[in-house]
Amino acid sequence: MSEHQLIQSDIALSAEEVRQIDAELAHIPQKSGAAIDALKIVQSQRGWVSDEALVAIARYLDMSPEALEGVATFYNLIYRQPVGDKVVLFCDSVSCWICGCDGVKQKISEKLGIDYGETTADNQYTLIPVPCLGACDKAPVMMVGDDLYTNLDDQKIDQIFAKKTGEGEGC
Amino acid sequence: MENVLIEKVLTRNIGPDQTPTDMVAYEANGGYRALHKVMAGMTPNDCLEVVKASNLRGRGGAGFPTGMKWSFVPMGEKCTPGHKYLVTNADEMEPGTFKDRLLMECDPHQLIEGMILAAYTIQADRSYIFIRGEYVVAIERLEQALVDCYKKGYLGENILGSGYDLEMHVHTSAGRYICGEETALINALEGKRANPRAKPPFPQVSGLWGRPTIVNNVETLCNIPHIIDRGAEWFQSLGIGEDSGTKMYGASGYVKNPGCWELPIGTSVREILEEHAGGMAEGRKLKGFLPGGGSTDFLVEEHLDLPMDYGSIGAAGSRMGTGTMIILDDKTCPVGMVLNLIRFFAHESCGFCTPCREGLPWTRQVLEDIEAGRGRKEDLDTLVRQVKYIGAMGNTHCALAPGAMEPLQSALKYFQSDFEAHIEQGCCPYAADMKAQDITKVQGERT
Repeated sequence: MSEHQLIQSDIALSAEEVRQIDAELAHIPQKSGAAIDALKIVQSQRGWVSDEALVAIARYLDMSPEALEGVATFYNLIYRQPVGDKVVLFCDSVSCWICGCDGVKQKISEKLGIDYGETTADNQYTLIPVPCLGACDKAPVMMVGDDLYTNLDDQKIDQIFAKKTGEGEGC
Repeated sequence: MENVLIEKVLTRNIGPDQTPTDMVAYEANGGYRALHKVMAGMTPNDCLEVVKASNLRGRGGAGFPTGMKWSFVPMGEKCTPGHKYLVTNADEMEPGTFKDRLLMECDPHQLIEGMILAAYTIQADRSYIFIRGEYVVAIERLEQALVDCYKKGYLGENILGSGYDLEMHVHTSAGRYICGEETALINALEGKRANPRAKPPFPQVSGLWGRPTIVNNVETLCNIPHIIDRGAEWFQSLGIGEDSGTKMYGASGYVKNPGCWELPIGTSVREILEEHAGGMAEGRKLKGFLPGGGSTDFLVEEHLDLPMDYGSIGAAGSRMGTGTMIILDDKTCPVGMVLNLIRFFAHESCGFCTPCREGLPWTRQVLEDIEAGRGRKEDLDTLVRQVKYIGAMGNTHCALAPGAMEPLQSALKYFQSDFEAHIEQGCCPYAADMKAQDITKVQGERT
């Protein structure tokens, strides 16, 4: 984090970000209490939390960037590196594992050409494993952006990512 | 079959098509009747006595009596001035658990009514639904339901003219399994890293922002409107054995009809598995099952006739946990399954205490070696020692690592020959049946 001291972050939070953070602060007795909310708000606007954005949030919440970094890096849904347009949250927990998720994951990796933690070259998808998604009766499952996909198999993976490889109607 | 006689309580508004219930539909079926009843003339203590008498126990996994938990909150003059908090733990992330999602997505008002009643009982003025960020649909529906409640005067100031005020917020989490631990959840709500806190002080006395706080599971709170509306005796009569009420049970893995069903608490494992889940899938036999999530001990065929209640499953050496069973069949490798669970727990350790942070990755390494056919006889002794030291409550800061040891210790007991076969044969004997699975991938050979 030492480089953050060098970042004279001129990046300011947008009016919309400030409005949303203030709405959270209204029911939180201490500014730092909104740290996770603020990280999520900024991420929802910008896709991820850059060093500059982190410094701007920390300043707004009267926190040190180091303290906020400690929070940001703890949580798996806060992205401290750029991600693609859609994040693929792939469940690899026990029910999905029993039902063959390892094979499905392999299929996704072949289809998109990425492994966990990687983003496709066209910046469309980032693949990340996620704890049990709470849809175990429909295992294996994953989320693509905000959408849940269930009972996955190779064929479904082909359909879901058809656009990606230009096999679908294209976009 | 007597299924037709089973009274649906928590899922009475949830049909097969799972259309969500809005304010109009919820009220048309008796919704908010309990709220009107309470605001028209029940004291917080009246409510507490009903919930205590109902014998409701926490549905998040621990099974602690709900009324007793609430009774620890300081009331009236015994409480210093300031806020009190009621928090719903909607951070459903226990592997193999998928019940709270259904309750929130399909009947959000039921949870909210339960929360208002619980908050009133402990005289909380602020309440939060702490929900995992991935539950996008539930978040959207709960937020809409909150808007409708404020409009109706069910939330906000002077609820139904009673003089009681309550704010409610949806807090979407940023991930991590450990947030389901109630003191870790409180730290997350305070914007911090979700390390569990030392207890005492208990949250009922000093929780969120140092103020009295109750954290309850979604399913637990969904029971409250019905208990207030229909009484403790009625609620007790719903259960088959010692426990009261109904329970959301589930089954996942290779059964014919995986799913989630509301049944009388104390329904036998066999009935859940054979009648509701439809028995094992074609060509698969039951080898074992985790009764209530990834951190419960395996049980096996001899336990099929046990009632799924806290006492019976506990006496058999496991825990009912969340009540959603994970089924192990005869073509799935038990060592691989335990490895998957230990990987999960090692990854989700908050890193605060050494036995969990260092111990679980060590256990994972030993299991990876065995699964990959590089295991040695003495590895089994190592696993037994790890279970003994990491699994002992009191050696760790919270229950995560002891919970992780539960499926391992019972797998060593019931499936010992499978562990030995891996070592003797130098490979996974199930590999042919599980050919699609890439479970033997490890970072490197042990030195």
